[in-house]
Amino acid sequence: MVTPTPAMPAVQAFTITLNIRRFQPEVDQEARWQSFDVEVYSTDRVLDALHKIKWEQDGTLSFRRSCAHGICGSDAMRINGRNRLACKTLIKDLDITQPIYVEAIKGLPLEKDLIVDMEPFFAAFREVKPFLIANSKPEKGKERIQSIANREIFDDTTKCILCAACTTSCPVFWTDGQYFGPAAIVAAHRFIFDSRDDAAKVRLDILNDKEGVWRCRTTFNCTDACPRGIQVTQAIADVKQAILRGRR
Amino acid sequence: MSTATSTPKIIDGVHYHEYDIVIVGAGGAGMRAAIEAGPNAKTAVISKLYPTRSHTGAAQGGMAAALANVEEDSWEWHTFDTVKGGDYLVDQDAAEILAREAIDAVIDLENMGLPFNRTPEGKIDQRRFGGHTRDHGKAPVRRACYAADRTGHMILQTLFQNCVKHGIEFYNEFYVLDVVMTTEKGKKIPSGVVAYELATGNIHVFQSKAIIFATGGFGKIYKTTSNAHTLTGDGVGIMWRKGIPLEDMEFYQFHPTGLAGLGILLTEGARGEGAILRNASGERFMERYAPTIKDLAPRDIISRCMVQEVVEGRGAGPNKDYVLLDCTHLGAEVLETKLPDITEFARTYLGIDPVFEPVPVMPTAHYAMGGIPTNIQAEVLADNDTVIPGLYAAGECACVSVHGSNRLGTNSLLDINVFGKRAGRYASEYVKKAKMPVLPKNPADGVIALVEQMRNASGTERVASIRKELQESMDRNAQVFRTEDSLKEQTDIIQALRERYKNISIHDKGERYNTDLLEAIELGFLLDLAEVTVYSARNRKESRGGHMRDDFPDRNDKEYMVHTMAYLTGDAESSHAGDHIKLDWKPVVITNYQPMERKY
Repeated sequence: MVTPTPAMPAVQAFTITLNIRRFQPEVDQEARWQSFDVEVYSTDRVLDALHKIKWEQDGTLSFRRSCAHGICGSDAMRINGRNRLACKTLIKDLDITQPIYVEAIKGLPLEKDLIVDMEPFFAAFREVKPFLIANSKPEKGKERIQSIANREIFDDTTKCILCAACTTSCPVFWTDGQYFGPAAIVAAHRFIFDSRDDAAKVRLDILNDKEGVWRCRTTFNCTDACPRGIQVTQAIADVKQAILRGRR
Repeated sequence: MSTATSTPKIIDGVHYHEYDIVIVGAGGAGMRAAIEAGPNAKTAVISKLYPTRSHTGAAQGGMAAALANVEEDSWEWHTFDTVKGGDYLVDQDAAEILAREAIDAVIDLENMGLPFNRTPEGKIDQRRFGGHTRDHGKAPVRRACYAADRTGHMILQTLFQNCVKHGIEFYNEFYVLDVVMTTEKGKKIPSGVVAYELATGNIHVFQSKAIIFATGGFGKIYKTTSNAHTLTGDGVGIMWRKGIPLEDMEFYQFHPTGLAGLGILLTEGARGEGAILRNASGERFMERYAPTIKDLAPRDIISRCMVQEVVEGRGAGPNKDYVLLDCTHLGAEVLETKLPDITEFARTYLGIDPVFEPVPVMPTAHYAMGGIPTNIQAEVLADNDTVIPGLYAAGECACVSVHGSNRLGTNSLLDINVFGKRAGRYASEYVKKAKMPVLPKNPADGVIALVEQMRNASGTERVASIRKELQESMDRNAQVFRTEDSLKEQTDIIQALRERYKNISIHDKGERYNTDLLEAIELGFLLDLAEVTVYSARNRKESRGGHMRDDFPDRNDKEYMVHTMAYLTGDAESSHAGDHIKLDWKPVVITNYQPMERKY
């Protein structure tokens, strides 16, 4: 029976230090930093290191994860001060001469360790009417026709996995939890620029609100944070333009 | 966290809810069912994750439907390919429904907003995929409707968006641990489910007329897998513990192109676009094994050939233990526009750029063909043909059986949409006539006992080490090739692990977000399902589809042209599998296609 070994030449395991911001709601009054030494390979993900701690040292360490390859959006966290997915951040891409700092994403209520309350994030998503609204009925049993070029216009924003890395990297969102935040605007963008959709105006009115797109200060944190490489700031700029000039 | 509007009744600390239909699982099948059921009946969807975290989102290549948008095709050809692809263990009435209803299923999704790739005329574009052919095997056909290489992601998002549109009530991060059965007029029917709320540790009972299980697969019985950490087969395990049989559990699919050593999926769509598998010397080895459709042979065949290449010393790499997926001739544009995600996976996780270098790949545990037996209305069966009224299952957790002994690529995204919709529709019809069943006394007692026993256990064994040993040994003994010896060894290993599992303890004793507790319970389901898988595999002394026995290399239609049905009998805790598992057979439904030799 063949058990494949990692494709890259096996490198020596070595020890790194993870400083994790802990919060055990049934014990702690406030969050505290705790340090863990853990043996890893350079090709390991930060998620692997967290699992090793949970499975071998401290089972109380709590975090969300599922797919482990950057597609489900469960494990957004702040790693060395930047929002990333733990499963898409390889140890070899971090400076391991220093401890690696890991903490929950900011701006959403902290529940336990690296877990935050996601409900305000999804509430903002729901508010922008994130679903196709078309006035005309397609021919029965047929698809709506859309040109390759029209499909391309909103391709980038269909990649969103709702991980919240963008929204919780935004300084405006940190200070004003009412702000829709980048992810909700990305969700709106995906429909505003879909040639099959007829409700752009409704969504643009929603985002023209005082908690809407005009709060964006174009710091590009969101674009830097997006694990899917979405040009988030550009999408927000597109929406601003559409409010001023109408949809393209 | 829930989006429900009604408040539960609390009795003795247990929260009671009432719905017409409760759907367990919020992946593609669950949400497709919800969209069908929501407008017709009071519906709740309960998931141990947030809906958009479900593993449907990891599916890449496409969804099959004979739209004939780019070349001649017919749903009858699709039916035949599905039957042949499943090595004739497919129930042909179900396969016909799958292929026939595929066309509406794709159009439904497009009309809901799914951004499919388009043809120059603006229609849904289609690509080639393994085992899908023109006119009964003559040549590959373009049948897979796709959205780049994130078709599953787009399906999951589109279904979630439409659930938001319909105001479907979700209970997120609620872990269903039991289905409650009630006896009415001498018949056993389901009356609700019991869930553990991860955020608080509270126990919830959802009383309902109908229950749809859409809980996905259990790839985590293996180490090398494309499956998410959360795919621990809880739904299938719950049914098993309730005495519902499990069908065809020995048939597990190993997807040929997992990133070597990691198991992360690289879509078959890559080969659909023209990528080629090569061995160490650069030979396109599939030409030898499947001269007509080569690299687009079904997954079971490709996986076996890959392992054979490696075993016979033609593997690539320093340890000669993988083969290569060569995409370099496709060009950067095809990779960036049609296969962007897998291109990035190779770059991120192996540091290899598929534009310039071939990618190391090996088979990865991917999909359970077997599961909870259902009929074509997605109703769960208590034996070969007795329906349990009000209980439904759809998607990977179910076995209709449209996949037989080997699923074709793009037929699972199809399965969740066709049979998810059917489950929602038939459940909606059922609850119109059905009365709300009466709950038995203290319906949550079993779950409360299970949770408290886990929380307070004071044994010496660690969950993580038992799980690791299970997964590594399953890779060793019950993977692409199996023998009586390897399966016997695995039986003994699982027996020992099940004993050790009785002696575990966990660190986290808290009520809130206790993922330590969750993992301990999940391991119980993994051990149960691994045991049934191996027990069923030992009993099938032939090779068919995803079940390849080195010691019985041929298909044996005379003795084994039947589905396996495994029943839990006697003391579930007894250590010998044979003391609590009874195996039986179920006939295969054959309509138009008599079994033939399977050549490509």
